[in-house]
This record gives sequence, structure tokens and C-alpha cells, in this order.
Amino acid sequence: MIDPEIGQDLLTRAKKKGATGGDIVMAESSSFSVQIRMGEIDKISQASGKKLGLRLFFGKKTSISATSDLTPQSLTSLLNDTCEMAKATEEDPFSGLPDADQLAKNIPDLRLDDPGVESLSVDQKIKMAKELEAAALSYDPKITNSEGSEVSHYRSHIWFFNSDGFKGDFPAAGSSLSVSPIAGENGQMQRDYWYSTHRKFNQLAKPAEVGIKAAQRALRRLGARKIKTCEVPVVFDPEMAGSLVGNLFSAVAGSALYRGASFLIDKLGVQIASPLVTVIDDGTIPEGLGSKPFDGEGLPVERHSIVEKGVLKNYILDTYSARKLKMKSTGNASRSIGDSPSAGPTNFFMMAGESTPGGIISSVKSGLYVTEMIGFGVNMITGDFSRGAAGIWIENGELTYPVEEVTVAGNLKEMFLNIDRVGNDLVFNGSVVAPTLRISKMTIAGN
Amino acid sequence: MTQEMTNPERFFGEKFGIEPNQLEKTMGRVLGKKIDYMDLYFEYRTNDSISLEEGIVKKANKNISQGVGVRATSEEKTGFAYSDEISIKNIEKAADTAKYITSSNLSVQRAGIPARQPVKKNLYPVRTPVSEVPFKDKVDILQKMDQIARKYDPRIKKVMVSFSSEHKIIEVVTSDGVAVGDIQPLSRLNITCIAEDGSERQIGSFGGGGRNEFSFFLEDNLFESYAKEAARQAILNLSAISAPAGTMDVVLGPGWPGILLHEAIGHGLEGDFNRKKTSAFSNRVGQKVASPLCTIVDDGTIKGRRGSLNIDDEGTETQKTVLIENGILKGYLQDKLNARLMNVAPTGNGRRESYAHIPLPRMTNTYMLPGKSKKEDILSSVKRGLYAVSFGGGQVDITNGKFVFSASEAYLIEDGKITKPVKGATLIGNGPDVLTRVSMVGDDMELDSGVGTCGKDGQSVPVGVGLPTIKIDGLTVGGSAL
Repeated sequence: MIDPEIGQDLLTRAKKKGATGGDIVMAESSSFSVQIRMGEIDKISQASGKKLGLRLFFGKKTSISATSDLTPQSLTSLLNDTCEMAKATEEDPFSGLPDADQLAKNIPDLRLDDPGVESLSVDQKIKMAKELEAAALSYDPKITNSEGSEVSHYRSHIWFFNSDGFKGDFPAAGSSLSVSPIAGENGQMQRDYWYSTHRKFNQLAKPAEVGIKAAQRALRRLGARKIKTCEVPVVFDPEMAGSLVGNLFSAVAGSALYRGASFLIDKLGVQIASPLVTVIDDGTIPEGLGSKPFDGEGLPVERHSIVEKGVLKNYILDTYSARKLKMKSTGNASRSIGDSPSAGPTNFFMMAGESTPGGIISSVKSGLYVTEMIGFGVNMITGDFSRGAAGIWIENGELTYPVEEVTVAGNLKEMFLNIDRVGNDLVFNGSVVAPTLRISKMTIAGN
Repeated sequence: MTQEMTNPERFFGEKFGIEPNQLEKTMGRVLGKKIDYMDLYFEYRTNDSISLEEGIVKKANKNISQGVGVRATSEEKTGFAYSDEISIKNIEKAADTAKYITSSNLSVQRAGIPARQPVKKNLYPVRTPVSEVPFKDKVDILQKMDQIARKYDPRIKKVMVSFSSEHKIIEVVTSDGVAVGDIQPLSRLNITCIAEDGSERQIGSFGGGGRNEFSFFLEDNLFESYAKEAARQAILNLSAISAPAGTMDVVLGPGWPGILLHEAIGHGLEGDFNRKKTSAFSNRVGQKVASPLCTIVDDGTIKGRRGSLNIDDEGTETQKTVLIENGILKGYLQDKLNARLMNVAPTGNGRRESYAHIPLPRMTNTYMLPGKSKKEDILSSVKRGLYAVSFGGGQVDITNGKFVFSASEAYLIEDGKITKPVKGATLIGNGPDVLTRVSMVGDDMELDSGVGTCGKDGQSVPVGVGLPTIKIDGLTVGGSAL
């Protein structure tokens, strides 16, 4: 275990060297993963590590450093370098720790840890990964190959201190199962995947269920073809809808807003999405994959409505972006060790609607059900959106043949306003999630 | 510092008090009949960065990362462990985990292809590490770039400039007799501009770098050209119209559009996917996969380039590998594991993000050799199409071969002439098929400016690409305008 005193001591020494404030993050983690491919072990890996991140202020000047070398001489030299760097930067009137009265007073237990994971044997995990892949491979003779299955877990412990007296620490853990089978027919190959992820290992879905779902997803892509360029309604499955909600997050994140790099600048109180859309950020959900007991600056984490019935209610802010925007931090500082805090999502999700996924599909006369998107064709400044897509063509309310090598394009501003069905199938299988949704009109580019 | 500059092999021994014979003993203990190969990868890396926003240098970062990765392979199986404390005790602990793969399954030792001791070359001799350049010299460049961009056009409202550098010392010790070190410098200078005109806002970015000294950015005022280029793109995009949707002829400009080769071809030719037969290019060596105008190489030996390496992360000397010659698929990119399993020689493409990641077959600098056509002739041959000169990111599905990449600067071609700039153009195609439709190849091959980072299995490594102007007959452009 890291000795938390190391961090306290560094902050004390930094003050002696003239620092007016600072904070320290320390993390220790261990992880394990086993991958099985075609019934054999492909890779086993085991690791442990620790890291310390230091942020110092000299008045309004800032610097940040991190190291995985926690020996006393290395920390001393890191401290010296960090002080020198800070002095060499320029004053930024908005920089600094959060106001001390905003710091979290108590640290809730959100049940993020999973000590039980330590007692699992390697053989048990190998067996589980084999069962997972076998379920996919044996599901149908057309499942001909595999990129493998994986069972993995991690545990970590995080400590955070700042020079205004904040002290907090918490353990966290996570486990996941995933498998990626390949279906083949007439010389065509299609890969797909499925997974389960949870804070607690024993809450993961059954390997057989995950394997079968992955096989079904790969099989339904066989025989995929390109379609003609057209403008039609598009239904996004929950995975893809989650990625659209991720785009929404990027547009309401503090750093994008103060930099002018978002299409949602100055839109608070404005109808930016269809009245069917309500989006929440809630870091307090017990066992949530995006939950944490305090944010990356020691502020309490809360539940915020981001979009309520289509109206933009809140941005997602850390202390710095809040000051830049003359607002208050929403307790969303996210911190990767060695980098400055920035506003990040906790559990960021679109609330479930009333429609069943089947009902949404049957509401479409001709359109595309999108199950995969690739590429980075999203411009957060203008909202322009164009990504590679694969899915299934919908004709007269029925899923028909698979589609690939097309793009779906539009503008996020219009896409959110044009959401005209929201599914009742929200599942928290990640930290940024959404149910099935339908957008009334998008451009599909193909032949 | 002087010692490590001349002899990276001695750096870890001296810094962490590890004797070479201790390593041999540890490896000997682990290597049994059932282990084909084992390697240790020591890394000590320092990353520095500074960034300027709103005209001021707001922060400086420093990150030190050290550790050792221990890997054993037996047939197709890999055991891997790492530790951030470099000591014999931890190496032995990691080795025991790595060895786990042998306890559960029987395997027979194969005759591996013996490793060649790498020849000492130095593609990136650096006298002054970038981290030792005075802070104010770097700040000075950042501030100049900010001013140059703002001066370019009053509509440039926000400018963000960043400079980051890496100094990485590695040593690779392997059971096939390699013990070699390398010092790998890397730096990158980047600028992003946001232009505003009324309610219209647009973005432009440019950057570059490589395994160079800091003076690289000062030569011919390179930093100045980066600033102007980012500002130009942002302003240009203010007047861009929505990209068309549908299939049309596409002309790619030289340099960075070579990302096409990286996505459409390169990944599909990595040894692991082909050994597992999960690539759209599996079993296709000797077949025609491109037009006869196309010859494509992966070359890790170009001096100072971002994707270049003296040795790969398994200690194999890097090389120039022909992937496609006059349209015919010649071979794959290999690391040691996949080369052994496919019974071919490694190509020096075993790369890893850090000690905490396993080596995988990865690209270095991937480019197409120049052809004979003139750029003007290529453009004037297109009746209606798209001319794309700069791109954001790209992605590929290895198994079905479908790739996409998004243009950040593109124009309509009408009757052989470049007309209006367009925004939001994503190109989508099929890897094994797209290069068969290359109908013209220009004589103007360029390598990119040094900004590429490739992601695979959650690991990022620096890469380079290059391309002459080329014409592709019929590629799907995914705009929003019908």
C-alpha cells in the first residue's frame, strides 16, 4: 500500500518552497485479464502499479506533474521541477483550488469496491472465459472464427489531498466479460461483439448469455450490402444512442464551452432537443460505473438535470471552466493523474422513454436501424455529423437485410431536435448510456 | 545524462542496480521446455508539455513513467506481467505470472527463427534533449504562433498552442539472445484556431514533429507555417458548404491523406489478424489487391520521422517492408510471435505503447511510392468529384475491411476545376477493393508533417504516413447534402 503520508509531506514541503496551494492524487491499482481464443489461452496478464500526481499553485501560476517512481529522491526532484515549472508559467486569473467551503464534508460509501474479486482463482476465470467463447462458437455453424473472449477485473485505491485540508480516499473495482466472434459465409466475414461490465464480479451477466448475444449480432450482419443514397428515419440501438449522448456530453462540457468549441454555447434555457429527451448526470448512483464519492477536486458529486424535456438546464463544469463561464462547478472535475482537472461525465444518461424497441422499429416505413458506427466525423463546433455505419434496413416496420459501407450524416443540433421516439430499454452497462432512439430524418450516403 | 546518451544498455543496470547475470539467471529459471520465448522490456520515460491558451502559458506538465514488462510465449499463448518497480524481485514475480500459460496446457518447443543481433544505427541522434531546452525558448515559439495566427485574419478568435516532448530510454533483453537499448526522443508542436464570423464558427488545426531536436521547429520558420496553416483552414471552412452524399471520383492530396493507406490497407496487413485469419486480407499474398500503379511500403528507417525506430520494442532492427508491389500483395507486418507462428521472419514491427502493454504488429511509416502523373492532370480528369487535402481521424473494421476517414479540408471538383470548399465529408470504402480503383498516381509523394498516432487494442503508438496525389474512381462520400 502507498503510504498516504507521502502526499501530505510533499504538500507541506511545497508550501515551504513558496507554493500558495496545491493538491495531490495518489492511486494504486492491480488488474488481471485472461483472453481465450479458439478454446486456448491466448494471453494472461497481471499487473500492479501506483502513481502520484502533484498540482501546485504559486499565486495564479500553475504546474502539474506525475510519476510512478515514488522513491524519496525521485519525489524530491519532481517537487523541485514542479515548483520551477510553475514559476515559469504565466498568471491565469481563473486558476486555483476550489473555494474551501465547497469541498465535500462527508464521503458517501457508493459500494464501488469488490474485495471478493481477490479470492477468484485464475483457473476459475480461465474456465469462465472458455465458456463465454464456446457459447458464441457453438451457437451456429456459421460462427467460423473468433477474435477471442476476455475476462478481466481491476481494483484500485485513490487518495486525494489538498492544501485547504481536504482529505479523502476510496477503493473502487470493476469487472468485465467480452467476446468477439466472427461469422463467415460465401467468402464474407463479419465480426461483432458483446459484453457485460459491472462493479461486482458476481453481478456480471452469465457467460453463455453474453456469448449467444455476440454470436447473434455477428450472424445478423452476414450478407450485408450497400444501399442507395437516401434520406430516411434512422433508429439507433442503445449502444449507438449512447454514443450520440456522448456527443451531447462533449458539447455541454466546460472546457469546450469556454474555448468556444461547442455548438451549445449560450443555449441554457433553450429547447435544444425534442421534448421526449431528458438527460441526467448522476455520480451518486450506488455501484454506478461512473459514480464517485467526491470529484477530482474534492467537491461533492451530485445529480444534475442536463436536458429536461428538451430544454438545456445545466452544463457540466469543473472549478476552472466554471470560473471562466462565471458559473459554479457542478462537481464534475475528472482527473487523470498528471493532468489538470477537466469537466467529465459521471453516470451520464438519457432517461428511458415509453416506446418499446420493437415498436420503434415497426414505426418506420423505410429506414435504417444502426447497430455500429466507425470513424470520427463529428465537428463539435458546428455540430456537423457524418460517420460510417452498419445496421439493418427497415422496410414496412420490419428488419430486413443487413447494410454496410454507408455513412449516416446530419447536424447534431437538428438530430437532437428530431428525436421522435425514445425507447424504454435503458440499461446501465456503461457510464454514458441511452435507450433505443429514432431520429426522424438523416442522410444515408451509399451508392 | 551523458552516460545514458552514449549507452542506454547500461542505464537500467546502473540506475536500478541490476546485474546482467541476474537477468540471465531469472530468465533461465523461467524458461523451461514449454516456453518458446521470453523477453524483458525496461522503460524510463519523461514527458513534458506546455500549453498556451488565450495568449498565456497557462500550465506546464511533467510526467515520469518507469517500469518493466515481462512476457513469455508458448506456441500461441502469451503470459504477461509488469511492474513499475524495477527490481529483480519484481521481475521474478512477474515472470512467474507470465509462466502461468505453461502450467495448464501441454506444448512442444518449436525451433524459432534465431534473432539477428540488431546493427547499431541511429536515425535520431539528439545532442540536446528537448527537455533541456530552456523553458522560455519554448514559450517564445508558442507566443509567436499565437500572434501569427491572430494576425492572419481578425476572424481568428481563439488560439490554442501546445508543445509536448518525450524522452524514452528502453532496453530489451530476450531469450533469443538480444540485449539492446535505445533512446527515443519525440516531440510535437500543435496549434488549433477557432474562427468566428457572425454566428458561424469553424475550427482549423495543424501541427508536426518527429524524433528531432527542438531546432527542427525553428528551421525555415516551420512553427510559423504551422500557425498560418491552422488559421487558413479555420477561415476557409467558414465559407464551406455541406459535403455531397453519394459515390463519386475522389482525388486525395499528397501527404497526410496517406491515412487512407494506414486504415484501408495497413491494419489489415498486420500479422496477428492474418495469423488468426480474421483480416479481409488473410491468405491473399501473391494476389492482386490494388491497381498496378500502387506500390506501398512500411518503412521504419527514415531519419527523424515520428514513426521511425532504430529497433522495434522486441529488439528487432527496423526495416523497409514492401506490402504491395505494382498492385500485388507481397507480405505482412510481423512481430516475433506472429512471425514464428506463420513461419516467416519478423519485420521489425513489434511495437508496444509502454512496459505496461504487450508488443503487437504495428505500422511505422506507411506510404505509397510516387507515380508519373501531374497533379493538374489528375484534377482536370475529374468531371464531378471531391478533392480532399487534409483529414481528421480514420477507423477500420479489420474483418470486413470497411474503413472511414473524415476530411477536415476538401473541395468540390467540377469540370476538372477545384470550386467550393466543403465541410463534413466522411469517406467510406472497402479496404481490399479501394486501391484497385486507383486510376492515377501523382509524382508528388510527400510524407505527413508528423502528427499521426495509431490506436489498436487500446494501445497508442506514433506513426507516419505518406501519399502522392491519387485519383480513386468511385468512393462513397458521406456528406449530408443530397
